[in-house]
Amino acid sequence: MIEVIDAERCTSCDICVNVCPTNVFDKTDGIPVIARQNDCQTCFLCELYCPEDALYVSPFADEAQSIDVIALKQTDAMGSYRRAVGWTNGTRDRRATDRSYLLFGH
Amino acid sequence: MTSQAHRAERVPAPTGSVEFDADVLVLGGGPAGTWAAVSAAERGARVVLADKGFCGTSGATAAAGTGVWYVDPEPAQREAAMANREKLGGHLQDRRWMARVLDRTYQQSNRLADWGYPYPVDDRGRSQRNSLQGPEYMRLMRKRTKQAGVTILDHSPALELLVDDAGAVAGASGVRRQKHDRWTVRAKAVVIATGGCAFLSKTLGSNVLTGDGYLMAAEVGADFSSMEFSNPYAISPAFGSVTKTLFYGWATFTYEDGSVVPGAASKGGRSAIARALLQGAVYARLDKADEDVQAQMRVSQPNFFLPFDRTGIDPFNDRFPVTLRLEGTVRGTGGLRIVDDHCATSVAGLYAAGDAATRELICGGFTGGGSHNAAWAISSGTWAGQGAAEYAKQFGAAASRKFSSAGTVAFRSRPQRAFAPSVLAKAVQAEVFPYELNYFRDATRLHGALARLDTAWLDVSDADAAGATDILRARESAAMLATARWMYRSALVRQESRGMHRRDDFPDQDDRQRHYVTTGGLDDVWTSVRPHAEASFAEAAE
Repeated sequence: MIEVIDAERCTSCDICVNVCPTNVFDKTDGIPVIARQNDCQTCFLCELYCPEDALYVSPFADEAQSIDVIALKQTDAMGSYRRAVGWTNGTRDRRATDRSYLLFGH
Repeated sequence: MTSQAHRAERVPAPTGSVEFDADVLVLGGGPAGTWAAVSAAERGARVVLADKGFCGTSGATAAAGTGVWYVDPEPAQREAAMANREKLGGHLQDRRWMARVLDRTYQQSNRLADWGYPYPVDDRGRSQRNSLQGPEYMRLMRKRTKQAGVTILDHSPALELLVDDAGAVAGASGVRRQKHDRWTVRAKAVVIATGGCAFLSKTLGSNVLTGDGYLMAAEVGADFSSMEFSNPYAISPAFGSVTKTLFYGWATFTYEDGSVVPGAASKGGRSAIARALLQGAVYARLDKADEDVQAQMRVSQPNFFLPFDRTGIDPFNDRFPVTLRLEGTVRGTGGLRIVDDHCATSVAGLYAAGDAATRELICGGFTGGGSHNAAWAISSGTWAGQGAAEYAKQFGAAASRKFSSAGTVAFRSRPQRAFAPSVLAKAVQAEVFPYELNYFRDATRLHGALARLDTAWLDVSDADAAGATDILRARESAAMLATARWMYRSALVRQESRGMHRRDDFPDQDDRQRHYVTTGGLDDVWTSVRPHAEASFAEAAE
């Protein structure tokens, strides 16, 4: 489930509020808030669309986790999905690296 | 070719609501809905697309990735593609439909390439088009939908259809969740592309898929087909949401004590996993994947690795607990019955596409992974959009129709009791999640579940109208309940095992039941049987 909106990185662009398919976030006068965490379906798409790598979705789908944001930011987890699918400027070449045709044939 | 004249028109509306006048309204913004919207707009229709979430991230495809039943138009390859799944699907497919879906999927996939989808290129320089990355594909489809002049309403779940005096579907209305108001679109035709129903099981990306379109369609009298083929379960880590069953083809499954679960496999052995899970924990390790395969998996499905990378599990060396999450009719093959080549339903003005429609015509009783569903979404979306646009033309410019709302449950004032959506959703889940009820079916257990579900429907029918904050959840839970009743009623009348439908009391396939089961109704759920075209020819020849 979505656990973190990092106040330091977030620019209040509200993209996450728009793109979340289950309407988990709410806009505020400041940065968005996780208003309905229980509605999160752990699809990771908010993370993918966040241009600042300010979001972190925990892989635990059914229960909330307490996250140490300072420790988390020392890892490369935040933004890792975006980089893996080639949605950052430095990783665009990865958009066309799908090798499903080798795994599953034709 | 996009011009203002081809845009849906926003018309004056009472405070607290927005209203549009359109030719075609598409409900749902996944692959089927976006293909339908683009195709209708290309036929000159003024189109509104309303999505429950955000068109581009909503639905089972966007969050995942999918194979695509893309086969070169070479007769031997096409023949093999059609033949190799017929047995699995219980010989309920229709060759003519398979051929036209292969044709249309091939054409439209090539358009995706023209539009800039980054298909990978293999060592021999060939573009490989039998797989799509979900986020990339649906981001592109949103862009093309906007470029086609379609008005997109995000976070705007439809709650009920509108009908005219003759009973033809004439639009829909719903809520705009982020604007806290209501929307109404008066349209000459409506395409239901709201996906299937996965019962809030958290199978990846599927929690927006609660059968809403089924309920709305049933309220105007549409019927369903193959709803007994509604019990596929996907493998995921026990704690996580990423269901990518195909990758478990490289897994070994073990009990708590480390011994191998006999017969367990992602393909052809998932029932052994379900039976083992009834006894206790089951673990997987993808130890059959060599280094090349491991590397290919990582670049092909990065999201598969998120649950592992973020918990410190090496899925190729460490064993981790797995579970099976119900995919319902998202990966089942049942859905709205379609009656012609343009995916019209049995109700005038109403079309169905993608997982909301039955996929029996190309899959029979078993889906071949996501690839057939993806091909179906592309093809049926295209046909439904075109069909709806052509149908809309008969009304001319100034259609003076009287509109009325078709919604029933959760809209009616009833003094007896309040509507309790989350209680109802849990009650439905308790009937459709258990493997011993849904995976392994038998008459006694199905009757028991149906008795409880029918009672729940009576309760819902007596419940009061839901308030503004509850209406979406109320309608979702009612849709799940209705879906479960069509599923199990259909499962009862198919007294055999065929495709994914497995009856403990009828373990074999019965040649005399090579037919389709139709179902429908809300207060009274009914079923009937339709012959399969080839089976009836065979009978005539005897």
